[in-house]
Amino acid sequence: MTEAVVWTVALPLGGALVAALAPRHGAQVGVAIGVATLAAAVAVLVQVASGGPLRYAVGGWTPGLGIALHADALAALLLGMANLVALAASVYATAYFTQAAVRERFWSLWLLLWTALNALFLAGDLFNIYVTLELMGLAAVALAALGGQRPAVAAAQRYLVVGMLGSMVYLGGVALVYAAYGTLDLVAVSTRIAPEPAAWTAMALMTVGLLLKAALFPLHFWLPPTHANAPAPVSAALSALVVKAAFYLVLRLWLDLFAPVTTPDSSRLLGVLGAAAVLWGSWQALRAERLKLMAAYSTVAQLGYLFLFFPLFAGLPEGSARAAAFGGAVLLALTHGCAKGALFLAAGVLQRRAGHDRVRDLQGTAQGLPATTFTIALAGVALIGLPPSGAFLGKWQLLTAAIATGQWVWVPVVLAGSLLAAAYVFRVLGHAFGHAPGPGRRVTSVREELPALALALIATLVLGLGAAPLWTLLAASAGSPAFGGAPF
Amino acid sequence: MNLDHWLPGLIVLSSLLPGAVIFLLHEGSHRLRTALNLAGALSKLLLVMVMIWGVFHGHVYETRWALAPGLDLVLRADALSVLFVTLSTVLWLLTTIYAIGYLEGSPHRSRFFGFFSLCVTATVGLALAGNLLTFVIFYEALTLTTYPLVAHRGTPEAIHGARVYLTYTLSGGVLLLLGAVWLSTLAGPPEFVQGGVLSDLPADLHGQLRWIFLLLIAGLGVKAALVPLHGWLPQAMVAPAPVSALLHAVAVVKAGAFGIVRVVYDVYGVAFADRLGLLDGLAAAAAVTILYGSLRALTQDSLKKRLAYSTVSQVSYIALGTAVLGPLATIGGVVHLVHQGLMKITLFFAAGNYAETLGVHKVSEMDGIGRRMPGTTLAFTVGALGMIGVPPIAGFVTKWYLAIGALAAGQGAWVLPVLVASSLLNAAYFLPILYRAWFRAPAGLWPQEPIPATRGETLAALLWPPLTTAALALAAGLFAAAPYSPLEWAQLIARREYGL
Repeated sequence: MTEAVVWTVALPLGGALVAALAPRHGAQVGVAIGVATLAAAVAVLVQVASGGPLRYAVGGWTPGLGIALHADALAALLLGMANLVALAASVYATAYFTQAAVRERFWSLWLLLWTALNALFLAGDLFNIYVTLELMGLAAVALAALGGQRPAVAAAQRYLVVGMLGSMVYLGGVALVYAAYGTLDLVAVSTRIAPEPAAWTAMALMTVGLLLKAALFPLHFWLPPTHANAPAPVSAALSALVVKAAFYLVLRLWLDLFAPVTTPDSSRLLGVLGAAAVLWGSWQALRAERLKLMAAYSTVAQLGYLFLFFPLFAGLPEGSARAAAFGGAVLLALTHGCAKGALFLAAGVLQRRAGHDRVRDLQGTAQGLPATTFTIALAGVALIGLPPSGAFLGKWQLLTAAIATGQWVWVPVVLAGSLLAAAYVFRVLGHAFGHAPGPGRRVTSVREELPALALALIATLVLGLGAAPLWTLLAASAGSPAFGGAPF
Repeated sequence: MNLDHWLPGLIVLSSLLPGAVIFLLHEGSHRLRTALNLAGALSKLLLVMVMIWGVFHGHVYETRWALAPGLDLVLRADALSVLFVTLSTVLWLLTTIYAIGYLEGSPHRSRFFGFFSLCVTATVGLALAGNLLTFVIFYEALTLTTYPLVAHRGTPEAIHGARVYLTYTLSGGVLLLLGAVWLSTLAGPPEFVQGGVLSDLPADLHGQLRWIFLLLIAGLGVKAALVPLHGWLPQAMVAPAPVSALLHAVAVVKAGAFGIVRVVYDVYGVAFADRLGLLDGLAAAAAVTILYGSLRALTQDSLKKRLAYSTVSQVSYIALGTAVLGPLATIGGVVHLVHQGLMKITLFFAAGNYAETLGVHKVSEMDGIGRRMPGTTLAFTVGALGMIGVPPIAGFVTKWYLAIGALAAGQGAWVLPVLVASSLLNAAYFLPILYRAWFRAPAGLWPQEPIPATRGETLAALLWPPLTTAALALAAGLFAAAPYSPLEWAQLIARREYGL
């Protein structure tokens, strides 16, 4: 039964090979593999929900030698979200690319990125994480430059350099851990680690490397041009999933591996950077003249919210309050993934129809595409954090934790961020009304508009109203041996 | 798992589902859209009638859905929620009929009626909310679903008005959210319980409770248009007439006022709020708003703006009745939720008829309009006289109970002058309109006359809703002592809140 974990990695990897050999059939391969991979991811989620965390040694090697795959509730939830968004973007991509040459190169790289993401969520040791990070970074750079336009290529080059730098710094931390503790297995390291200079340095290096990839302010500089100029399905994956994967690793390392090493001050530093990201990202999103640039800066801001949770975790005693806040953070991450994926896909539709994505000139186009405009509105609700989206519950937990721990300083940041988000979302939606005649059809392009709408509905309705099992699931994985006994 | 368990949820769904389907309809499917609209409105009315019967016979209706550990979405029927749900359901039905007539032939009707249904869904959810979290959820949903209605016409003024509306209401929503979260950290997620839930908290938290009260009332005061948070309301007048009617009488402004009633009575408890010294500030804000709104209404030539400032003033009667301690004042405040709704929706329907039928938007253009449109002007007259407080129309009952309530509470010395001054001002801005309409000769041609006079004064779908609501406003005053009247419900609510 545990083979589902392997399939989530093996299927897209095999698909990437097939798509590389038969590029003309890339779309069929991509969607078929996508459906199968999502099914495997759902199976992992079901298995974790029913039987607790999974651990699978590929090829039967003992831990520390071979490749170990782990899945606990946190990993399984992010895996599920990532595969859902990736499948939606895949369906979308079958209609998006018009140039045959670009289309044929897309699918193998896309499936490679998908492989790297799944492997990253399931990786069980520090070196495997490094490998998946590199693979993810390279595939992402190639995809970002796929269109071939000058700004996209320039941004992708910078992205490449930043990504490599991040990986190298991270690898430096890994080397230190290996030198100090003689193993890279997460479980093994977490039992041996102690607050000492080697651990501090390793934590600092690995965190900086990952923050560079997660684009936490002020290390976000590379993100807006990259995400704003990539093809729409790629932007969706980069903004919704790739940076989220780096956040996931920071969360994992800080709460599992380095828990004895972190200090209140270090957590507070992450919080301060997160707060700056919320304010700066939202402000820049409000000023952005292009829709995709706005969406990209919004990602900078939304990641900031996730990092605000770190000082709150540090301030809450173990128990139900911390578990509630942890669930809020995960829900916020899942909601943002779906909402941002939907927003970028919808922005791509508008850009294709209008020939540009300048916000102020979108009026007629937006009115002619009611399904896409509605998608942007729903995704916007989730980005602002209004009910009934999952982000509302996430922010409710964030505010609750901030007030309960007396960390009032984060409260105005969250509230101001919400209002700024409302300002940038409704700046776009204001163009949905006007004198243009009523649209002839509700949906113009099924394959492009419906995947985005589905993601937006999931972010705004499903994750907002049906998220209660998430906390149960996370609680069932708490204290499990798979990751050395996470505190939740 | 019986009907008692699901009825509040079904009442919410009865407009949500038609709304969702309407979005998908082609612009041209006029009949199907109308059928869906009316089916939703009528089935909601039917369900509400079942619920009134059940509440009378001692059923407890509660739909509960877990959102997160300790955080539930709760829909529950109590006396206060039944009052508001009934009001919004009846007025929604009438407004739907009116809107179908009003928007005939105009573009984007599927979008309009879709959001229209969602707006009522949010209002009904807010009315049935059984705890503060649920209230906040529907309060924000109401903001979101009314924005497209205000912006509907898509003119630069409409977009601007909608943006102003959104800026105010979302800022208010943020304050409300902060207050609600803060309160939850002190007392757990507060359920709405008659008599309040906070009076047992230790005294060292009272300082925080005062701040929280301020946040909650400020957040609610934006929608209730308490001065100085009222700035959006006159700007939102750009919306189509049925939307203005809904905004002023049923949904948005009323949601704010209803929230204030809930927070004072069912979260803090009126006696506890008084002990914390919170009611005086609220009463003062309400009094200032009553007078300020009336003063501003005096100078407006635009009919809808005059009505808008009149709303600013009238809605604060509810807050005033809430803030004066004692069951009689409570009755006056709570019953005005219904009375103001009936009268104000009549006035807005009539104003919409003048604009649609004759192109008349300004008070100065209304000379002799009573002869051209007698039915509409009759309805308008009933609404205006009721607002002034002329017996036997509903508004009189409100002012009577506010006055004797203030006297009973020993606060007559300042409440009575406010009521008298406000009534004089009401007369000063409404009577000139009535004089013009009935007694002056028409100045000549009307600004525009798309519907020829030979076919009756206006479309039947536009005429009957204001006549109905005017009749209801009259009946609510005339038969105030009858069983099931709004007054009787308000008395029931007051008895329960004070444990009498």
